Amino acid sequence: MSDFSVIAATPRQKWIAGSLVVLYAVITILPLVWIVATGFKSPADAIAYPPKVVFEPTLEGYVNLFTTRSRATPETLETLGPPDSWYDRIVRQYGMVISGPSRYGERFLNSVIIGFGSTFLSVFLGTLAAYAFSRFKVPLKDDLLFFILSTRMMPPIAVAIPIFLMFRTLGLSDTHLGMILLYTAVNISLSVWLLKGFIDEIPREYEEAALIDGYTRFQAFRKVVLPQAATGIASTAIFCLIFAWNEYAFAVLLTSGTAQTAPPFIPTIIGVGKDWPAVAAGTTLFLIPVMVFTIMLRKHLLRGITFGAVRK
Amino acid sequence: MAEIVVQNLCKEFGSFTAVQSSSFTIEDGEFFMLLGPSGCGKTTTLRMIAGLELPTSGEIYIDGEEVGRRPASQRDIAFVFQMFALYPHMNVRKNISYPLVSQGMPRARVREKVQEVARILGIEDILDRPVGGLSGGDRQRVALGRAIVRDPKAFMMDEPLGALDAEFREHMSQELRALHDRMGATTVYVTHDQLEAMQMGDKIVVMNHGVIEQFGKPQDIYDKPATMFVADFIGSPSMNFLDFDGAVQPGSGAVTLDGQALPVPAAREAFSGGMAYGVRPEHVRISDSSAYRGRVRATEYLGTTQIVTIATPNGELKARIPSEQPARLDETVGLDFNGTTVTLFDRQTGRALGSELNEGVLSRG
Repeated sequence: MSDFSVIAATPRQKWIAGSLVVLYAVITILPLVWIVATGFKSPADAIAYPPKVVFEPTLEGYVNLFTTRSRATPETLETLGPPDSWYDRIVRQYGMVISGPSRYGERFLNSVIIGFGSTFLSVFLGTLAAYAFSRFKVPLKDDLLFFILSTRMMPPIAVAIPIFLMFRTLGLSDTHLGMILLYTAVNISLSVWLLKGFIDEIPREYEEAALIDGYTRFQAFRKVVLPQAATGIASTAIFCLIFAWNEYAFAVLLTSGTAQTAPPFIPTIIGVGKDWPAVAAGTTLFLIPVMVFTIMLRKHLLRGITFGAVRK
Repeated sequence: MAEIVVQNLCKEFGSFTAVQSSSFTIEDGEFFMLLGPSGCGKTTTLRMIAGLELPTSGEIYIDGEEVGRRPASQRDIAFVFQMFALYPHMNVRKNISYPLVSQGMPRARVREKVQEVARILGIEDILDRPVGGLSGGDRQRVALGRAIVRDPKAFMMDEPLGALDAEFREHMSQELRALHDRMGATTVYVTHDQLEAMQMGDKIVVMNHGVIEQFGKPQDIYDKPATMFVADFIGSPSMNFLDFDGAVQPGSGAVTLDGQALPVPAAREAFSGGMAYGVRPEHVRISDSSAYRGRVRATEYLGTTQIVTIATPNGELKARIPSEQPARLDETVGLDFNGTTVTLFDRQTGRALGSELNEGVLSRG
């Protein structure tokens, strides 16, 4: 039967499709593997040529990432006595002592606050706006929607200078609030448009049923529309977070201290003695939250919760 | 349960008038049909009664209270949607209990009520299933359950059987009617299916282009149509219209078509000009003794009866006659009409002319 099926793939087609997927996976995963591996190499192994595939793993990169170190004379080192921890020992090999924690932790925290803060705000405001655009008669609706979309028609960095000046005047430079507002402003057009599409798909009858069942419009929105828009909200949140998390140009321009995020900070590690393993370690850790977030919301992306409830 | 009174109800969407000054009364416990072709304003009328649409002008009284401007949640009515609108993220039990939870009813009482409703509808065994996997009929029952669980003043149903398979529709329509008879709840039911309306309704409102064409009992609407639209919309095949020019005087019992006098119920008004002789297919007989003749164009066999299409000097006509009666193609036959059932129409306006037959019916429309 299946030999003559028009729809089912032939073994040959399956083999080609499979190979393409594997090839694509290798191409995308290879740089990640490279970064993760480099994080565990010693500085010498990291720049070895030809590149070392087999190497002795060390946590040096991670130690360097989280600490600041200073060079000490052999005499001083002797007065210090034996190293009192494993990371101390790693540092001592190079004739250094740990002088304190690095800024990586703070910068990472800044990224978390700004990334998730702006994602929450974008999705929250976007959902409300999308609902209004989807359900109510808004004067000049199409023009407003186009206007919202038009903010994405140029690269955001094109307005870097006006924003820089604006932030300086408003005292938003290098503040968490400023960065959250900026990323929200960039993401909100995406979130309004994406979510409007999802909410348009939810039949109005659900809300009408809830209104008749004795709920207010807001309750109907919260209890009936939101659960069904969950899929859309989750995917929008992922897109918003990925942008805010990875954003580099504005972060370089507008933050330098208190609100600096990890992306502009990580390259500065290199300045401290060509420390590629530390850079790679910083990058590896930086990848984890988005990955976890995406994996957590993945089941929402895949679950068709409205399946079968509506007969179209 | 309640009486619903609609007075001069109008709805405009921008420059489009969906409903034009409609007035009718739905008596307590009545199964009331809003019937018409799509876009005739029947659903808009229903949605205004339910509170999902605000009227442009006019009043709606439910149980004596004017509710035209009140939100749906304060009208104490239940609505069954064509696509059921079951909350997809809740199971059957939660769907049915949802309206009760909104009233803040205690949990134990909610459970009890849901159980009771499930028993009435015969869906006790699926209470804990998600609504996604249910069959059309079960979804329909859950939607009904959600409506009746609250004991509302009235039910609004927007083509609730429209999404079901033909064979199942029959079954569900009987179930619905039985449920209504048991509960005696005022029900307003929208449909475009004239058979459904005749089958289930105590009363029917026929709408077209936002205007009420006729309002009355199914028999009255079928036998005594107030307009050509109603006559054409109701019945399958629909009423025949033989076009002719002539005049009637009050009291006259015949009109002249193609030189032949055809019987009509005694006229109650004078009219002259373009008219239509409206006769239902089942009131046309083929009899050779008749002088009014036509030629057989087609026959359709329907089991016990057959539909014969006949070309007459005043236009095409369909007759429903017993299957065993011979009707050969291209044969010229004589036609006999049951005069007491005939309605004359003013062809210009489509209005039925007053006669002994429709006396008392038209004045109410």
